[in-house]
Amino acid sequence: MALVPFWFILITILWTGFFILEGFDLGVGMLHAVVGRDEAGRRAVINTIGPLWDGNEVWLIVAGAAMFAAFPGWYATMFSGMYLALVILLCGLILRGVSFEYRGKDPSRRWRGFWSWALIAGSFIVPLVIGIALGDLLHGLPIDSSHEYTGTFWDLFQPYAILTGIMLVSLCLLHGATFITMKTTDELRRRAWRIGRQVSPVTGLLVLAWVAWTHVSAHEGAFLNIIELIAALSVLAAVWEVWGEHQGLAFTATTVTIASCIVTLFVDLYPNLMVSSTNPAYSLTAHNSASPSYTLNVMTVVSVILLPVVLAYTAWTYYVFRRRVSASQFRPAAAAPMPRGPSDTSGPQAVAAGSRSAGTAPGTAPASAQAPAPAGSRRGRHRHWRGGTR
Amino acid sequence: MQETLARWQFGFVTVNHFFFVPVTIGLALLTAMLQTSWYRRKSPEYLRLTRFFGTLLVINVAIGVVTGLVQEFQFGMNWSAYSRLVGNVFGAPLAMEGLAAFFLESTFLGLWLFGWDKLSRRVHLATIWLVFLGSVLSAAFIMAANSWMQHPVGYVMVHGNPQLNDIWALFTNPVFVWGYTKVVLAAIVTGASVMLAVSAWQLRRGGDRAVFAIPARLSLAVLVPAILLTMLVGDELGVIEATYQPMKIAAAEAQWTTCQPCSFSLFQIGGGNNDQTPTEIIAIPHLLSLLATNHWNGKVVGLDPLQSQYSKQYGPGYYVPNVFIQYWGMRVMAYLALIVTLVGLWGLLLARRKKLATSRVFLWCAQWMVILPFLINTAGWFLTESGRQPWIVQGIMLTKNGLSPSVSTTWLVISLTVFVLLYASLGTVDLILMLRYSRKQLEPPHAEPDVEAPVPAVQY
Repeated sequence: MALVPFWFILITILWTGFFILEGFDLGVGMLHAVVGRDEAGRRAVINTIGPLWDGNEVWLIVAGAAMFAAFPGWYATMFSGMYLALVILLCGLILRGVSFEYRGKDPSRRWRGFWSWALIAGSFIVPLVIGIALGDLLHGLPIDSSHEYTGTFWDLFQPYAILTGIMLVSLCLLHGATFITMKTTDELRRRAWRIGRQVSPVTGLLVLAWVAWTHVSAHEGAFLNIIELIAALSVLAAVWEVWGEHQGLAFTATTVTIASCIVTLFVDLYPNLMVSSTNPAYSLTAHNSASPSYTLNVMTVVSVILLPVVLAYTAWTYYVFRRRVSASQFRPAAAAPMPRGPSDTSGPQAVAAGSRSAGTAPGTAPASAQAPAPAGSRRGRHRHWRGGTR
Repeated sequence: MQETLARWQFGFVTVNHFFFVPVTIGLALLTAMLQTSWYRRKSPEYLRLTRFFGTLLVINVAIGVVTGLVQEFQFGMNWSAYSRLVGNVFGAPLAMEGLAAFFLESTFLGLWLFGWDKLSRRVHLATIWLVFLGSVLSAAFIMAANSWMQHPVGYVMVHGNPQLNDIWALFTNPVFVWGYTKVVLAAIVTGASVMLAVSAWQLRRGGDRAVFAIPARLSLAVLVPAILLTMLVGDELGVIEATYQPMKIAAAEAQWTTCQPCSFSLFQIGGGNNDQTPTEIIAIPHLLSLLATNHWNGKVVGLDPLQSQYSKQYGPGYYVPNVFIQYWGMRVMAYLALIVTLVGLWGLLLARRKKLATSRVFLWCAQWMVILPFLINTAGWFLTESGRQPWIVQGIMLTKNGLSPSVSTTWLVISLTVFVLLYASLGTVDLILMLRYSRKQLEPPHAEPDVEAPVPAVQY
């Protein structure tokens, strides 16, 4: 059954992919009202992830479905045992998902304010609850010999699990802040840097404390393993780069941090899937909860074919929407200044964006700076569009 | 108690989810068709219509996606014993659905929505078709999983546990092939009815809304063949279900004793679970035989003989589904489908005589007809899912054995309350937004009639 560890790795990859991608979406969701001080700014911040968040969230769905197919026992025990926590998680995901779509559908302040709050609350609940759930897997829950959860709702709130949840919330905040610095301009960018600077020391301490606690509770011996070490070092690098305002490096560092934290959790968990605090012998392990080899074989073929395709078109999507978004795009036409590119051209994205829009003729195309087209031949013929329908 | 609550919760969230899914599939197809016309003809009306109906599509997708999350989670939450037993079979199509369909649908919807000014017209047109493909693929995988519960195939029993041994069997399962075709067709009927109703409302307002004659004709041209095919496919599905799930079909006619040939009653008075001799109103000879077996004199085994056969086969127990739901689910579905067909044919006739946009009676009917497909879909799912009871997987596991042992009644009461409140408020918001955006005027055309000008992107 060589495929059992493979599927554990694949599920780790899916959770990691979810947190790398949805991590900044969640951060952007929590921060959008702070980074954007006015309606135009808030819309600009939300639009940095507008075309991306839906696809990013699918990573969670696929991670859950992969657990169902490859480790049915894990899916069954975890989802039924953490019942009420998952109801809360679903409420968060639902509120967040519809808030993107519905917020822009009515111009009134109360309507937009309400959906802004829904977006903030949802984006906060999701990493908190998932963090608590993942922390519980490693720390242990009351599970009996037939692999059924025997605890109450409150048994989920163990100190280690709560730390995992808070750590992920703060990591998503930092990850979101560094993402915004790469995708916006001017005052939005400056505010995101400032928030990043304020959040980063707290995140650093939380991640270091979490790595230490994880290491201890997984009984990994005297020295940190390589992944734990990467998590600890990368969060320090993230703090450093955020204070140094190196946008590409800062975002890379938060990406590596969030990825290595999730990988740490799963590496230290293996071969267990859910530790039983009742009796270690009752723990769910990769081997006693896995599907038979035929299912794993089929799913392996399917995922080896499909995952690269998914990654390819996801990467292409990020390439298509690589440009920065600025608040001026969302202000009435007359007031719109005409930046000829991002105010800072230090990052690789910014260089690409800057060189493309360098040839824009400002007088003929007032809207081209707002939404530059990739094809040079069309650039001069943009018509202004009041993006007010959504 | 726990079983009742868990089933109510599953029914509630699933029926609600399936209000939005068919609209998504159907409107994605019709929006893609409108955009294709725009791509070919370059006429600005088609662009404005594409964007108009695209907005309605997106309002629906949002809530369809988030209610879909609940669907995926609740197998493990409420039905953990079921998930543990059959996850290796049932989970496989679900995981494939995520990888093959959800990624496709979500990613390309983002590209379509925000990519108007960033992609070439050809590529941008491809994205909406890929959204449609993603939605149709996702229906395929979930229907393969559902059909396995109706008629398990491709597995062997090892120590009392079903183990998958042939994944292709799931996709060649006759219940899947016909059931899936029917679901997609019904979804297209639903989407076309929505487009027809919106166009009818707009045409009744008159003025510069005459352009809505285009989507009115398009939706009729899609609706009529789709509803006719749905009924044909539904007939074949009935024959297949009569083979694999005879209880389901016998209960749909409240046929307690075996008959040959069998008549079909248009209505009955009384009946239900305890009344075996209802008063049948207008029995049409031979019709049930035709529906259930495709033969003029086909035999339909009654519920009582089936019950004694199942008791011998599976041990003591009551194996008859809720007869009231089956009987009326079948009739609501069939009769309302007939009304939709008649209205559709009437519309085609008017369109041929070029009176579609001016016949106020027809427009009024077409506008209100939009409620029917949702009732038809719901009745159809009641017929299918309630007809499977008491089994969660036909012949393998009873519903009451599939529950989560660790989930208490209190937890269920809390979750059911939360979902009802949340869905009721979101459903209301969705309905208000759909109505408001359906009644908007079309976007103004571009400032200059320059057909090559890039189309502005949509923004949140």
